[in-house]
Amino acid sequence: MSEPLPVIEGKDLFVRRGGAMTVDVPDLSVREGEVLSLVGPNGAGKTTLLQAISCLLPYGGDLFFRGRRVGRDYPVLAYRRSLAMVFQEPLLFDSTVFENTASGLRIRGFKKAAVRDAVLESLGRFGILHLKERSARSLSGGEAQRTSLARAFAIRPDVMLLDEPFASLDPMSRGPLIDNMERVVRTTGTTAVLVTHDLMEAVRLSDRIAVMDGGRVRQVGPAEEVMNAPADEFVASFVGVGTLLRGRAEGSGGDTAVITVGGRQVEAAGRLSPGQRVILYIRPENVTLSVPLDGSRGGTQITSARNVFAGTVTKVASMGFYQKVSLDCGFPLVSYITGESRESLGIAEGRRLTVSFKATAVHVIKKG
Amino acid sequence: MELILDGLRKAFWLLVTFDPEVVGITLLSLKVSGLATLLSTVVGVSLGALVALARFPGKRIVVGLVNTGMGLPPVVVGLFVSILLWRNGPLGFLGMLYTPSAMVLAQTVIATPIVMGITVAALQQLPQKLTLQILALGATRLQLAWMLTKEARLPLLAAVMAGFGGVISEVGASIMVGGNIKGYSRVLTTATVMETSRGNFETAIALGIILLLLAYAVNLVLTQIQQRQRPR
Repeated sequence: MSEPLPVIEGKDLFVRRGGAMTVDVPDLSVREGEVLSLVGPNGAGKTTLLQAISCLLPYGGDLFFRGRRVGRDYPVLAYRRSLAMVFQEPLLFDSTVFENTASGLRIRGFKKAAVRDAVLESLGRFGILHLKERSARSLSGGEAQRTSLARAFAIRPDVMLLDEPFASLDPMSRGPLIDNMERVVRTTGTTAVLVTHDLMEAVRLSDRIAVMDGGRVRQVGPAEEVMNAPADEFVASFVGVGTLLRGRAEGSGGDTAVITVGGRQVEAAGRLSPGQRVILYIRPENVTLSVPLDGSRGGTQITSARNVFAGTVTKVASMGFYQKVSLDCGFPLVSYITGESRESLGIAEGRRLTVSFKATAVHVIKKG
Repeated sequence: MELILDGLRKAFWLLVTFDPEVVGITLLSLKVSGLATLLSTVVGVSLGALVALARFPGKRIVVGLVNTGMGLPPVVVGLFVSILLWRNGPLGFLGMLYTPSAMVLAQTVIATPIVMGITVAALQQLPQKLTLQILALGATRLQLAWMLTKEARLPLLAAVMAGFGGVISEVGASIMVGGNIKGYSRVLTTATVMETSRGNFETAIALGIILLLLAYAVNLVLTQIQQRQRPR
């Protein structure tokens, strides 16, 4: 089975700054149509890697664009013109919103009518058509960043590179803009690389997540893989230890939505339309384990937890003050309990017990 | 007091009647300094952009030299240009000494470092990331230089106006290489010097007022520019 050719492939990429290796990535590929997030703490090398990928700074190693080596089989300028980049700051030119949005097209020598069409379409996508004659100087933070995004999307890039585009926005403009960006990326099927330090933003927007630290990619994979099975200690500590589950909404009744996960039905607070693809995030401290008391019939008590499953302990690990219990309830789940609970419940690998969590403990992230 | 009031009255009269000599001097001033500003803009902006955008060893030293050049004393420039154009000097064969052309040359030498220095500063003050953004938009090096220059157009306009302000009010070089020849190479500043030394205060005041008005106009535009804000 041959994988489809990646849009961008980096081989032995490295960036040196003042003798120190700031990025050292032996192998990284960006697949057609995917959104790949680079996450990690400050100084992990995310932005540097993104700028190396876009040929904006000197790098070592090889970059391939659709199989052709950039700089040898494929000219650097043509490669850069296949990409578009949005920075944390809008970095607008001192002219109108229209002129700003047109700049990438003008650089490429597009004809006037084509520029106009592409600009108006892109402004429409980001809901700022009404601002087109406004001076970039008079825009609010959110409007300015929308213009920056519209400018990048107007050139219909093969790959969109986004460097913390939402980080400096206030929460009021941040949420709607993320929604907007997601819609545009999905409806246009744009391949994108997103740099962010916000893990939940990455989970929500991306198909794959690359966790970076010290200039290296520690793990790359689908969100639930990275979150549920961290490759090493660093990834585990960075992503936290919540469980991430992929599911599909069945519909909503009252205040709760029912989501099918691995053949089981999970209830979550909130409303979802049937068929909505979602990712559920459940923190381990919110998962309760219980066993029937000796002599009782078991399972007869009433609880406010809407989600009650029979589960099997797959692994128990001591984490110092608490125990990390990995479970299989038809889907994986992690629970934190104290050492006392571990003893009184007799928890060990293979132990069958009741697992419960409240519908309000399920964090729902809508996908696509 | 009598002297000043009388001078002002007569100066006002010279101005409102468009005294032919005053008008002639003013026009020549504008022509010489305008041309010098134009030349220094072409040379200063291109060289300034080159210095600001190119990476080369000793860049700081060059920028330092340019900044020093911004304060070049006009008499020193006048001296060098005089030597250059002197009958048996290197460019003596051109016969340019004591002509308006020589004044244009001297004023260009004075204004170019001013334009260049402000150009360098203006381009270096643009956000560093703007360069990355323009390259990321697919620009060539030439497109990058053009777009950055366009982005710095207001401070560049300031550079041009500062250059103009520097040469229109300059007297040393003009008098040395132009000779202050009546009806030929006499400009506002050289005429003011002469009329004052002769005690013709009314003419001197009239010329002074015109100079002040020009300086005010230049600074008004500069102030307008400085008070504008950059886009996000």
